[in-house]
Amino acid sequence: MEQLTDIYLTYQSTIGYIGINALLALSIYVSLSCGQLALGSAGFAAIGAYASALATMKADLPFPVALLVAALLPALVAVPLGLPVLRLKGVFLAIATIGFGEVVRLGLVNWDYVNGAQGIVAIPQKASIWMIYLAVAVTLFLLWRVRGSKWGFALEAIREDEPAARTMGIPSTQYKLAMLVLGAALAGLAGGLEAHFTFMVAPNGFGFSRVVDMLVFAVVGGAQVFWGAVAGAAFLTVLPEALRELAPLVGIEPGPLRLLVNGLVLLLVILFLPAGLVSLPRRLRERRAARKAARAPAGGAGAAA
Amino acid sequence: MGQQVINGLFLGSIYALFALGYTLVFGVLDILNLAHAAVFMVATFVAVALVGHGLDILLALPLAVLFAGLLGLVLERVAFRPLRARTDSNIAGLISSLAAATIIEAVALEIWGPNITRFPFGTMPEGPASQFQLLGGTVSRLQLTIIAVAVLLFLVLTWLVKGTRLGREVRAVAESPRSARVLGVNVDRAIAAAFFISSALGGAAGVLYGLAFNSISPDMGHGVELKGLAVIVLGGMGSMPGAVLAGFALGLTEVFVVANLGGSWRDVISFAGLFLFLVLRPRGLMGAAATREA
Repeated sequence: MEQLTDIYLTYQSTIGYIGINALLALSIYVSLSCGQLALGSAGFAAIGAYASALATMKADLPFPVALLVAALLPALVAVPLGLPVLRLKGVFLAIATIGFGEVVRLGLVNWDYVNGAQGIVAIPQKASIWMIYLAVAVTLFLLWRVRGSKWGFALEAIREDEPAARTMGIPSTQYKLAMLVLGAALAGLAGGLEAHFTFMVAPNGFGFSRVVDMLVFAVVGGAQVFWGAVAGAAFLTVLPEALRELAPLVGIEPGPLRLLVNGLVLLLVILFLPAGLVSLPRRLRERRAARKAARAPAGGAGAAA
Repeated sequence: MGQQVINGLFLGSIYALFALGYTLVFGVLDILNLAHAAVFMVATFVAVALVGHGLDILLALPLAVLFAGLLGLVLERVAFRPLRARTDSNIAGLISSLAAATIIEAVALEIWGPNITRFPFGTMPEGPASQFQLLGGTVSRLQLTIIAVAVLLFLVLTWLVKGTRLGREVRAVAESPRSARVLGVNVDRAIAAAFFISSALGGAAGVLYGLAFNSISPDMGHGVELKGLAVIVLGGMGSMPGAVLAGFALGLTEVFVVANLGGSWRDVISFAGLFLFLVLRPRGLMGAAATREA
């Protein structure tokens, strides 16, 4: 028991970050679930982080209210953003939303009231690990309820073939907008939690590389199912910790080693496991079954001879 | 005023070179190659290493560009060709190019370290003796060389794409890979050629950027990557004349914004412009109509 407490204390920040990263990965996943590659989450997370920090520090609002603000404000921003932007397809939607994220980041850099590039420091530490995981759990519960519901099927139909889905009377624009708004709320919530978990926020923590991280979590875990994003976030958040121990053994500095392994994992997953790490057990089972099937007739022939 | 025009043209020529390669691959494959900025960065380091071994920059530049082109071939083979048959190949390709970029950056970080590297002193002539007056501003030999190399590469590329059989094949594949194959074009070879040319241009932009600002580090590609995105959207995705035009437009705009509003507003302009263009005029300055929404 005592050992467990030790582990908990040593890796407290990693454990918290697994949850925050899971929320951020889910914010990308919800758009991917209807086939949209929307990469505005870093911008939404920044809005949530700054809004909640200002709410607790300047407006003296209670933390739950601040978190509500952190989720609602990005969601409100996502509506006018989504209406024009969701007409764009594929890579163009990705580029437009990256542009949005950069505009948010640069806006914060140029905003003196929040200390520009230095960001806000000494934010009260109000987010505890159970709150982070409660948020993850509630999100997962919602997504689990959506799966197999009318909503879930509509999203799947849009992902597979949007024109066909529209022909079937599915209002695809509304669904896509709803998912963008949900993703924005999740990212904002994660940003609010992060701000009150690490005591500080700075605009450069919400740049392009951050949203790339989120996308990588979702894809490496598996973008077909909602738990994939969580698995990916957990795996890739713990991995650097493990690599730090490993770095001296392979003789590569921890920084480059982390990048190298991240890149290799991502490349291997996209090439060989398009449905992500969560599909690995199923793939292995299928391979074993296929091998057995291939061996069976050969064995039979051998016995007959 | 004259000085700012010169500086803007100088910066714009680098943006244009970078964006040309970016947009070439997009035009052919509809894939955003996010490893382009990593090639840009690595080529610069290769040039520095070659100059460090005593090579003249005029020899190191083409060698580094060749290296970048070859790296492009490797990228195509490893990260893009295996995905080509997939239905979601443009999103999958974007992700695998990200993976490739991460790997390249990791290798650069391990070899050259995170600190800023510089070309050895005297790589290019410096000091007042190498400067002269033009249009009421001061131009250095370095700036002039960079603009000249960029213009030369534009001409070579235009000739390659418009005047050679290979260029015709690349354009045919960009139009429709299936029809091109039916007409006897070797599609794999044309795509590989596009990657070679694209990465070589990216590498050239990197070396010139390194010479111009002499501040070379494994993350030097990050800023240019997103600027390049703004340039190719502004120019119209896949349009090469558009990329050149937009590259110069962005270079000039940035220089004037810095001079009149201050340095911290420079990047706001490019991304706000990128965003507005995508929303209001998705086909860009010179892009084909109505393909952004199909």
